[in-house]
Amino acid sequence: MFPWLTALIAWPLVGAAVVALGALGRSRTGSANAGTGLARPIALVFSLVEVVLLVGAFLAFDTGAAAEHQLAETHAWIPQIGTSYAVAVDGVGLLLVALAVVLVPLVLLAAWNEQGRDEVRLRRFVGLVLLLQAFMVAVFAARDVFLFYVLFEAMLIPAYFLIGGFGQGAGRRQAAVKFLMFSLGGGLIMLAAVIALYFLAVGAGVDPSKAFLLDELVGVNLGTIAERLMFVGFFVAFAIKAPMVPVHSWLPDVAGNATPGTSTLLICVLDKVGTFGMLTLCLPLFPEASRWAAPFVIALAVISVLYGAIMAIMQTDLLRLVGWTSVSHFGFIILGIFTFTPLGTAGSSFMMLNHGLATGALFLVAGFLVARHPERSQRITDYRGLRSVTPVLAGTFLVAGLATLSLPGLATFVSEIMVLIGAFGGAPAGSAAWTVAAIPGVVLAAIYVLLTYQKIFTGAPAEGLEVLPDLKARERIVAAPLVVGLLVLGLVPGLALTYVDAPAQQSATTIAVDEPADAAAQMGSDK
Amino acid sequence: MNEFVAPEIDWLALAPLIVVLGAGVVGVLLEAFVPARARRVTQIVLTLAALAGGLAFVVYLWPQIVAQPVQVVGGSVTLTPFALGAQGIIALLAFLGVLVVADRTATGQDAFAPTASAVPGTSYEDLARKSGLEQTEIYPLLLFAAGGMMLFASTDDLIVMFIALEVLSLPLYVLCATARRRRLLSQEAAAKYFLLGAFASALFIFGVALIYGFAGTVRLLEIAQRVQQGALPLEGMSALLVAGVLLVTVGLLFKVGAVPFHAWTPDVYTGAPTPITGFMAACTKAAAVAALVEVLYRISIGVQAVDPEIMRQLQVVVVVVAVLTMAVGTVIGSVQTDVKRLLAYSSIAHAGFLLVGIAGFGPQVQSSTLFYLLAYGIATIGAFAVVTLVRERRVTPGAQEDNGPVADDGVVLGEATEIAQWAGLGRKAPWLTAAFALFLLSMAGIPLTAGFIAKFGAFAGATSGGLWWLAVLGVLASVVAVAFYLRLLVVMVFQPGTVEPDSQAEPVETGVPTSSTGDGGEGPTEGGGVATATKVQVTAAQRVVVTVVRSRGPAAVAIAVCAIATVILGVFPSLVLNLVAEASKFVP
Repeated sequence: MFPWLTALIAWPLVGAAVVALGALGRSRTGSANAGTGLARPIALVFSLVEVVLLVGAFLAFDTGAAAEHQLAETHAWIPQIGTSYAVAVDGVGLLLVALAVVLVPLVLLAAWNEQGRDEVRLRRFVGLVLLLQAFMVAVFAARDVFLFYVLFEAMLIPAYFLIGGFGQGAGRRQAAVKFLMFSLGGGLIMLAAVIALYFLAVGAGVDPSKAFLLDELVGVNLGTIAERLMFVGFFVAFAIKAPMVPVHSWLPDVAGNATPGTSTLLICVLDKVGTFGMLTLCLPLFPEASRWAAPFVIALAVISVLYGAIMAIMQTDLLRLVGWTSVSHFGFIILGIFTFTPLGTAGSSFMMLNHGLATGALFLVAGFLVARHPERSQRITDYRGLRSVTPVLAGTFLVAGLATLSLPGLATFVSEIMVLIGAFGGAPAGSAAWTVAAIPGVVLAAIYVLLTYQKIFTGAPAEGLEVLPDLKARERIVAAPLVVGLLVLGLVPGLALTYVDAPAQQSATTIAVDEPADAAAQMGSDK
Repeated sequence: MNEFVAPEIDWLALAPLIVVLGAGVVGVLLEAFVPARARRVTQIVLTLAALAGGLAFVVYLWPQIVAQPVQVVGGSVTLTPFALGAQGIIALLAFLGVLVVADRTATGQDAFAPTASAVPGTSYEDLARKSGLEQTEIYPLLLFAAGGMMLFASTDDLIVMFIALEVLSLPLYVLCATARRRRLLSQEAAAKYFLLGAFASALFIFGVALIYGFAGTVRLLEIAQRVQQGALPLEGMSALLVAGVLLVTVGLLFKVGAVPFHAWTPDVYTGAPTPITGFMAACTKAAAVAALVEVLYRISIGVQAVDPEIMRQLQVVVVVVAVLTMAVGTVIGSVQTDVKRLLAYSSIAHAGFLLVGIAGFGPQVQSSTLFYLLAYGIATIGAFAVVTLVRERRVTPGAQEDNGPVADDGVVLGEATEIAQWAGLGRKAPWLTAAFALFLLSMAGIPLTAGFIAKFGAFAGATSGGLWWLAVLGVLASVVAVAFYLRLLVVMVFQPGTVEPDSQAEPVETGVPTSSTGDGGEGPTEGGGVATATKVQVTAAQRVVVTVVRSRGPAAVAIAVCAIATVILGVFPSLVLNLVAEASKFVP
């Protein structure tokens, strides 16, 4: 069988290597180092071929058994410490891989003119993007805890350089450092848990040469205290990544200072590792501890939903605002995961995909908007009345915004309603109450989206902004797939739900919480 | 009268030591007999050949020793896979270190004073410099130090260990004093190192005496046996043993650079010539840690069997030192403003991480320690090699203010070790910066670099020994350590070269592109192959800018080898892990 996942991981690495040949060369500003000018086209071609590979992977994937980890490859990597190169995806993993694969060409295209014309700088930029893509695909496919950890940390490095080296904001270096310190801090705590998990598993009779393989680790009895400690170790790392209140504070800084493209990759794809990790590592590995922590986690998730939304309303910086909306949305995703219902889990899985599309669209369109401002201002109040000036841009922004506030008819609505219904019937104590408490988050979302739209696009055009170019063909090509995706998945959510339902069922079974409601029937009605 | 019986000696097993130390002796003779102009090249070739030869013999001996450890000269040299592995690592690191030492860079000067014995600032020193003298004695000294280190790591006899300690230390004291620039600082470092080192040696030998008084032998294995059998001259005075072991340990911890015996480290690392600092940081640490592991583990066998309480106390000592070392290394390291000092504190922190692995007294400690030493060593040598290439350059407007034809007063000055001066280095010398970033990431323990696998091994060692909370502390210390490596990285990569605020209204000169580490045009000055850079200081008469000088080859090779090894050890560590796994065999 063709190793689709390895191909998906290796291909961007090849691309990064090709682009990087010479990328480290001297940056002679303005001189003859314009080079061949091929860095961007090469990277784009690589990322498009990656999409073709993705199609192959989808065709090879058996949707009838979406709960099983398919396309599996396992090779010994460092046998001395029992770790393997083990990759495989279930439906959820595949969708997230797809998100990583699809967004990269769009980001490359969106950032086409953003980094100037310096060939060396461009090579570095697109090289880092491709490197990040390889790591992101790999992390969603990893089925070995050690491999997962390594990728989890390694992908911080390209992200760090993308934020700190290519951002727009003046505070980008601080933002990059903050991002890295938060992530590494969480990651290293997770490392301690990973090591402990290994020794406990070996102690419980797992073959030491396989004791990092997820399939071997699931179901091992670790002892209550140890399990809870390790759950905390993993969960903190994921919560930082997710980002969840109270460890979210790096995110708005990054969103405000990185380029929109970087933010898209970071928040829409990379951060999904947090929720993905909760779903595929925390729950199966530590079911008892997950149940134990669920009430607390749910509370924090709902606080994230509300706090993120309120903070979004208060923002004056457009990109920071989008960042805060993500805090709110990640709260919903975590809420769905930790109520242990098939419906809620499926909704969360679907929402991971939708949030990527919707927020990605919002970040990129906001980036287009900012790029049009003469001073590249990110302040919302510096814009006014652009609907008449740039109608297509305004329309695209509105669609992305409506997707963010989960308008019925768009994919985000389906996933959000699934999460809320699922969470309402959730097993952990107080699920229903917390779910009700989260519902104002939906209203607040309407406020921050519509208010922002109103400030930027309605009224008379602001001074100096009377003549701005509307979306160019390149930018329309970037926005179109995202908008189309949101619409199609909103009208035919079954396309994606076939991939997430079965894993959600299985997850709920693993966690072994009785689920009275007939989830499948409810899902049917949602479709 | 007893008749003298010549001992049976397995010369082959001694070959790595003999090659290196013998070459040191030959090197001294070369000083006397080879004409001055050929001396330097001859010495370099001899030194590199000797270290490569030593390494080759280690490789040759490896299968035999793995199959069956040997004791030579009545146990004075005990070759276990661990000891031999340590020898190999020291030889390898010393080889890379000597490459850096040998590089004269594009400035045509190496890092050493023409006559280290001259009083700084005297006319004699000027004279020596003008006549182009060179201090080629450093190469035999390096060989003696390396040979001493290799012996240090592979003996079972405390007296031999003491001798090895002196053989490795004395040349290092001298080498510390030989910096070409900042002579006073260099000599101060040497004096400090010598005084404190002498202290540590005295404690060590006093500890040996106490142990001898207790056990009646200085052989570690025999001590363990006698303790176990209870055949002791001073039965019931186990306090003697504890005190003795502690004193010996203190002597070793001094060389390791562990808190609270670390005070010399920052000053000595800063004052010594940078190539020597790299050599010292990597190789001395390897030797000292290896010896520490030997002593602690051999002693612990006997003690464990007889009195677990003493064993527990011993472990507490190691744990406390490990925690203190990590804390001081990382916390104080994070407020440093000098690259060399920062790397010195980083080396202290790494001593702490090593001790975390050792403190577990687990079964795999020998293996993980060797891997750690290798990973840390290559990153350290590489990092210090990069430091040697980042220089200050004096730019004199009008260019006629040059102080005569003296090469040493030329345009390129000493190393630019202020962290702030490294701003914008990423733009000036991207490859060099990339390599340095890699070394920093490895030291920080980021996955896919050698440092991560090493740190993983150390923490796993502590966890398997039941000290999981120590591993957690180690993890927390790692976070702090990451912060300070990151600070340097941020300055290099993200900060543009900025002008210092005290500039006196001179027009700002930023990043005039002339040339870099690669080929390309010579700068406008006679520095030759000098890449320019950004201005950091402006005075009325002259400005000092930061520049990256080109390596003449050896240092570049060393940096490249270290960088590649760091990646390979990080991504595909299996092969080396297999090798070092043998080191845990035959642990008695």
